[in-house]
Amino acid sequence: MVAIDLFLSRYVYLMIVILLAIGLYGMLGKRNLLKKLIGMNIFQTAIFLFFIEGATKAGGTVPVIDESLGMEAAKYINPLPHVLILTGIVVGLSLTGVALAFLLRIYRAYKTLDDRDIMANMKESSE
Amino acid sequence: MIKQHYQSIIVQTICSLLIPFIQLFALYVIFHGHYGPGGGFQGGVLLAVSIILQRLYLGTKIAHPKFPPKLTMAFAAVGLLIYGLAGIIPMAYGASFLDYGSLPLFWVHDAELRALGILIVEIGIGLGVFGTLVLIFDNLVGERW
Amino acid sequence: MRWLNALIMLLFVALMLYATVGLPDHADPQAPANVHVSPTYIEDTIEDTHTPNVVTSVLADYRGYDTLGETIVIFTAGLACVLILMKRKGNDKATLSKHHRSDYM
Repeated sequence: MVAIDLFLSRYVYLMIVILLAIGLYGMLGKRNLLKKLIGMNIFQTAIFLFFIEGATKAGGTVPVIDESLGMEAAKYINPLPHVLILTGIVVGLSLTGVALAFLLRIYRAYKTLDDRDIMANMKESSE
Repeated sequence: MIKQHYQSIIVQTICSLLIPFIQLFALYVIFHGHYGPGGGFQGGVLLAVSIILQRLYLGTKIAHPKFPPKLTMAFAAVGLLIYGLAGIIPMAYGASFLDYGSLPLFWVHDAELRALGILIVEIGIGLGVFGTLVLIFDNLVGERW
Repeated sequence: MRWLNALIMLLFVALMLYATVGLPDHADPQAPANVHVSPTYIEDTIEDTHTPNVVTSVLADYRGYDTLGETIVIFTAGLACVLILMKRKGNDKATLSKHHRSDYM
């Protein structure tokens, strides 16, 4: 029973850790730079999810003040992580745009996105 | 019609029907941000999506005159400028940076003035995000201008 | 190499799961993040800003400086996109792979 209770109160963290591991694997284990970028996006999403999960309160609704509910803080979930993640998502989007621009540039220069080929190409041309 | 169109009557009709509604919803999201889910970031992204959808289904030859790519950078800069001015103008009136309670709009008072300042800032954010996203899209798909 | 990757991932998952032991339970109203500063935002937003949506008032008013920074970041990202993909003289593929690479790599 203790294990089930622990799982029910912690299962979101488990999912987030799995997403983090998938993203880290994409960044470290994959050779293609575009796949690395996708891994970074998954990692980012896991962090967003972690913040949003930290904002929830039992018995709280969305943080839009309703006259019939009153102004008690316990009736509304924490708005601060939502704000941080709202800006974080848009910054992540523009970050993806810049990363894609870099990838386009790399592809134009080396005709490949595989990091081994790029490293070999760089070594060859520097000699 | 013209060859640059996406060659499907269904896609053309649905997209041309959808775009005005997306833009209307984007404006609703920006201006209703005080009372419900929404705000500058979300509305700006929706506006950018409408323009990007237009570019996708019309092709660049027709879509670029409808919304010139040169304008996107101007939109982004104007949005940032609105935000910056909303921060700096209160300083000229003796308040601190970004203190909307001291904006020189004398027909509204304290808290309502702050709400108005939030609206101004949200419009600035919306324009900035809109311009930047269309700018990034235009550059990534390789249209020169 | 593949086994090393799997080992690193397993170690990472174990480390992160160990770190979650100290985190608050799901939807705990007494979690430190929920009692520190956010109750003030929720209780004062109507009085301070006449804005029922707390997320908007925190975004644009209480933490407007933060959002200004984010907007600048987004604008800079757009500018960076333009500058990275801009075609300059002597910057095409042939010269890129031979001579001038060190100029911008």
